[in-house]
Amino acid sequence: MDIYLVEAIVNGVLLGGVLALLALGLNLIFGVIDVVWIAYADVVMCGMYALYWLYVGLGWPLWLACVIAIVGLAGFGALIHLLIIEPILKTAPINQLLATGGLLFFLQSFATLLFGTDFRNIGVRLPIIEIGDVYISYARLLAFAIALIGAIALYVFLRRTFIGTAIRAIAQDRDIIGLMGADQRRIYLITSMIGGALAGLAACLLALQYDVHPFIGNTFGPLIFMICVLGGLGNMIGGFVAAFVISQIIAIGGYYSITELSYVLAFTLFIVLMFLRPRGILSR
Amino acid sequence: MTARYAMLAGVFGMLIVPPLFASSYVMHLVIQILLWGFVYTAWSMMGRFGLVSLGHGAFMGVGAYVPALLWNYYGVTPWLGIPLGMALSVLLGIAIGYPCFRLKVVGHYFALVTLALSQIVLLSVTAARDITGGSLGLTQNAAGFSWFALQFPDKRYFYAIALALWLGGLAAWHAIDRGIGRQVLEAVSEDEEAAAAIGIDVMREKLRVTTISAALTALGGAIFGQYLMYLNPETVSGIAVSLQIVFAAIVGGMYAMLGPTAGALLTISLNEGLRVAFATNFIGAANTIYGILLILCIIFMPRGILGVVERLTLRRVRSKSQRII
Repeated sequence: MDIYLVEAIVNGVLLGGVLALLALGLNLIFGVIDVVWIAYADVVMCGMYALYWLYVGLGWPLWLACVIAIVGLAGFGALIHLLIIEPILKTAPINQLLATGGLLFFLQSFATLLFGTDFRNIGVRLPIIEIGDVYISYARLLAFAIALIGAIALYVFLRRTFIGTAIRAIAQDRDIIGLMGADQRRIYLITSMIGGALAGLAACLLALQYDVHPFIGNTFGPLIFMICVLGGLGNMIGGFVAAFVISQIIAIGGYYSITELSYVLAFTLFIVLMFLRPRGILSR
Repeated sequence: MTARYAMLAGVFGMLIVPPLFASSYVMHLVIQILLWGFVYTAWSMMGRFGLVSLGHGAFMGVGAYVPALLWNYYGVTPWLGIPLGMALSVLLGIAIGYPCFRLKVVGHYFALVTLALSQIVLLSVTAARDITGGSLGLTQNAAGFSWFALQFPDKRYFYAIALALWLGGLAAWHAIDRGIGRQVLEAVSEDEEAAAAIGIDVMREKLRVTTISAALTALGGAIFGQYLMYLNPETVSGIAVSLQIVFAAIVGGMYAMLGPTAGALLTISLNEGLRVAFATNFIGAANTIYGILLILCIIFMPRGILGVVERLTLRRVRSKSQRII
């Protein structure tokens, strides 16, 4: 087998980890609050800039900058929910999608205002590992491992804690939850915070691999919506599988052809699958 | 009858006055407002019935690129290329619309499917960079003043064309508004099963507005390309343009005839005003304010500016549909 193809497949798997993490955060918000944060990828962009500013600008240690980025985005998630989503929670769901679309415009142009349109890199150079003849970037491997740990931690949290159980319950039946002694408002707020924190974690992992610029959200934002919907709402395992399917299509497509066409293929597949399996690829 | 004469006089005045007095810069702005107003109006034909499409960037892109490519490579006149682009857009609209309507893909799922469509067009144009110039853009072969090539260095010609398009768009909007289709589609957007149960052909009505909307959006994209003589995948297609279309229509008010035009007027003058005020010191200042405005608008006046005006002046709301926006 061609060594470059193997490399493409391996890189696809590693990319899938981070995409899965992002889709997980979005899926949680989508499934629990029934809202699409169309600006989710731009929230991630904010995290990448925060990391850049703290680490490069102020010279803080990397681990501290990461922690602050994650905690900051958790708070930002809560703010988004309180200021934008909650006032229009009772109106048509599409309104909430459009309101976060306004947030998308705001974040992109605010980042342009603060940092300009230059591509910026945090400048952490991690080694490249050689296994056989295949080269793997350590940053990607690390991102994959941490994304996996994050996903498992979230799974345990949702399964083993009271609040996690309440979050899963509300996704199943939002009308009855009040009778079970759980405060819907509080659960929505916590869900938004977890979504923000996951975006923060993903931002730290992405900043190791990619340059940050104000419009980076436009490149992978549409992808994670596709993954989220393909996986099926509230179906975390489905989202995980979908992330790897999509990232493999992009990686292998990019090997045989050019990158843009592999994205075209992924989006076309999304539309077709939406029609064939509207409840997600793993649905019965 | 007097109202009709007043309208005719108004149109006549608009045709004569600006070209006589306005500077070239103001003309450029007015043409942009009219063309974008036309595209936003075309979008609102679907949007007001709950079909919130993020795929209009795709229709615009196809409508703009097909005639430009045919002209550059085969010398085919845009008089043929534009209808071809429109037909292709309609085909695309039906290819996405038919399964969506059949399988009841609505709400955010419809928005996301159409978003994927506009990304597909954007990325295809970028990928075919040998033909389309990719993200560097495409310049039509210049032919000077030519009816055959639909190229006029004089802005006044494009002003007349843009005005005619805009008026045509309003007429189409009016026809849909007055036609039986409107009641039907409002019934559908409120309760699709109930509407189908009383014998409404839901599918046919939805496909009809989709067809009209896609065709007009493509036409708008094509004339935009002819006017600017430059196409760039990012400016006529993709998520950014699609969102821009949706938002301007919503801010202006998609339930009123002049709402989308008001959206175009507001967004373009805001953009220009801030550009002049801040020069290039604050790239992005305009969109920062625009973004906040959008969020506030959706929270506090979901029917848009003209929706509020209409409510204040008429004290009655014709459309009771509150489900979407």
